[in-house]
Amino acid sequence: MERLTTEADLTRMANTVRKDIIKMLLAAGSGHSAGPLDLADIATALYFNILNFSPKQKTDPDRDRLYVSCGHTAPVWYAVLARAGFFPIEELQTLRKLGSRLQGHIDRLTTPGIESSAASLGQGLSIACGSAYASKMDKKTYQTYVLLSDGEHDEGSTWEAISFAGHYKLSHLTAIIDRNNIQIDGPTETVMKKENLKDRYEAFGWHVIEINGHNMEAIIDACNEAKAIVEYPVCIIAHTIAGKGVDFMEYKFEWHGNPPNKEQARDALRQLRSLDNKINPSDL
Amino acid sequence: MSNFSKAAHLSPATLRHDVHMAPTRDGYGIGVVELGENDERIAVLCADLAESTRSNLFREKFPERFIEMGVAEQNMANVAVGLSLNGKIPFIATYAVFSPGRNWDQIRISSCYNNANVKFIGAHAGISVGPDGGTHQALEDIALTRVLPNMTVLVPCDSEEARKAIHAAAKINGPVYIRLARVATPVFTTEKTPFTVGKALQLRDGDDVAIIGAGPIMHSALVAAHQLVEKGISCRVINLPTIKPIDSDAIEQAARSCRAIVTVEEHQIFGGVGSAITEVLAQTYPVPVEFIGMHNSFGESGTPEELLHKYRMDAPAIVRAVLKVIKRK
Repeated sequence: MERLTTEADLTRMANTVRKDIIKMLLAAGSGHSAGPLDLADIATALYFNILNFSPKQKTDPDRDRLYVSCGHTAPVWYAVLARAGFFPIEELQTLRKLGSRLQGHIDRLTTPGIESSAASLGQGLSIACGSAYASKMDKKTYQTYVLLSDGEHDEGSTWEAISFAGHYKLSHLTAIIDRNNIQIDGPTETVMKKENLKDRYEAFGWHVIEINGHNMEAIIDACNEAKAIVEYPVCIIAHTIAGKGVDFMEYKFEWHGNPPNKEQARDALRQLRSLDNKINPSDL
Repeated sequence: MSNFSKAAHLSPATLRHDVHMAPTRDGYGIGVVELGENDERIAVLCADLAESTRSNLFREKFPERFIEMGVAEQNMANVAVGLSLNGKIPFIATYAVFSPGRNWDQIRISSCYNNANVKFIGAHAGISVGPDGGTHQALEDIALTRVLPNMTVLVPCDSEEARKAIHAAAKINGPVYIRLARVATPVFTTEKTPFTVGKALQLRDGDDVAIIGAGPIMHSALVAAHQLVEKGISCRVINLPTIKPIDSDAIEQAARSCRAIVTVEEHQIFGGVGSAITEVLAQTYPVPVEFIGMHNSFGESGTPEELLHKYRMDAPAIVRAVLKVIKRK
């Protein structure tokens, strides 16, 4: 798997991933659109630049770990894993179909590269805490990453884990929050207030970095900064635009759990293709 | 003396007043320390109940492999999953009302669906918890765990069997639930008593009725069987420490030769050991069954003896159930 180092290459890959997501959702006929699309930049940065993880390292004890807590964002992880060579790209079209290795929510036992199954919200941070604690026990220096949605901060269990990581100063732990401001029933602040997340994490003993979750340089810089901090667990609040890249989906909570129909998919792909032409080094 | 099965190697003091008494949770405390001595991967997590679950024994010996979780059972279950995915064999311990009671969703998805190598210690299960009352008497935990794919469910009958169950659990690569009790009960099995996951063990020979069940109540089953000799009734007693995977052959065989069964457990009769046994019988060799256990109510405060008597889970209740089931043959 090729490590991508320039912003142009990473952005191009993220756009490819977005197109994969639209095609997968259209073929599946069900699934989540908004979260996967807005995570495309972060997921691409992680698998193609930040993580020490490749198809050859699936069981390497020194690999970096990425746990995804919001299992419904499966399409974006499947797309980056396929693009990174963990399984054939054609297999993406089997998403949510009977017998597929690509289950509706991520599944460790079926999909190569997935570190832990997830679906019920508020569980992934605890699992990542266990991974970070294990590295401490084994005196290993791998980094444990966990991807959380903002919506799952409604779950009390998320706060149990935030408390645990702060208490035990799990410094090899980096939590990335997809702060897209939507959840199924509406805008996050209407459904259940989540401001001010930064203050809340800090009160539990975390170091917090806030970034634009669509800026490749900012994503990579924040992860490097997090790795360098050895006293505390680090939380990166990545501000994202739900449905990013497809204008009629952007900012709309209605696209949390719905796939595009044929016409909408055609429109979405046309928009994403036009972005491809715009992405060249001179534009950036 | 008794009609004990030779192969069971029961203690000669089993039916005497000087039988050694210890709670099954002691067997866990001792067993997990033994495991820790030989295996670096063993870790213990506890949710603010180290002493009453006997996890303190491990904490004293291996502080670097003991994790205090605070009163946070959901987080405890999944921190254990994270540890297990990275090579550890974590035992998580608290009261059964909290785990699997509080964190069943975590157990379902992150341990069972994920097939993670986590061992769940459910302490203070059964009505014999006593004075703490109905809130603390777990009577649903077997149902909650045995319904989950990939899960193994162990219910030891005394502290020695609990110790063996802990060793056996560590050898299984996958989630295991081990149910423990608070109160000291007779230690009637011995080091020589066989223990194999998935195998029932005949404790007493007999042909008129088979009493089958799990947990410390098996001692009351032996007492009841002994008393029934006077009435000319010969009871087979079968210990079923593995509720899942269940030993269908032993159950079918008992039904074929005794043609009447009494199931015994300190658990709701809906979904528990009796249910598991009758699921087998319905598909193999249906015979009349009487259920000893909790009949659709919560417990309350009282001494273990008072509660076992009131809720008909003591030896006299088992005797009555045997007499009743014989009439239905």
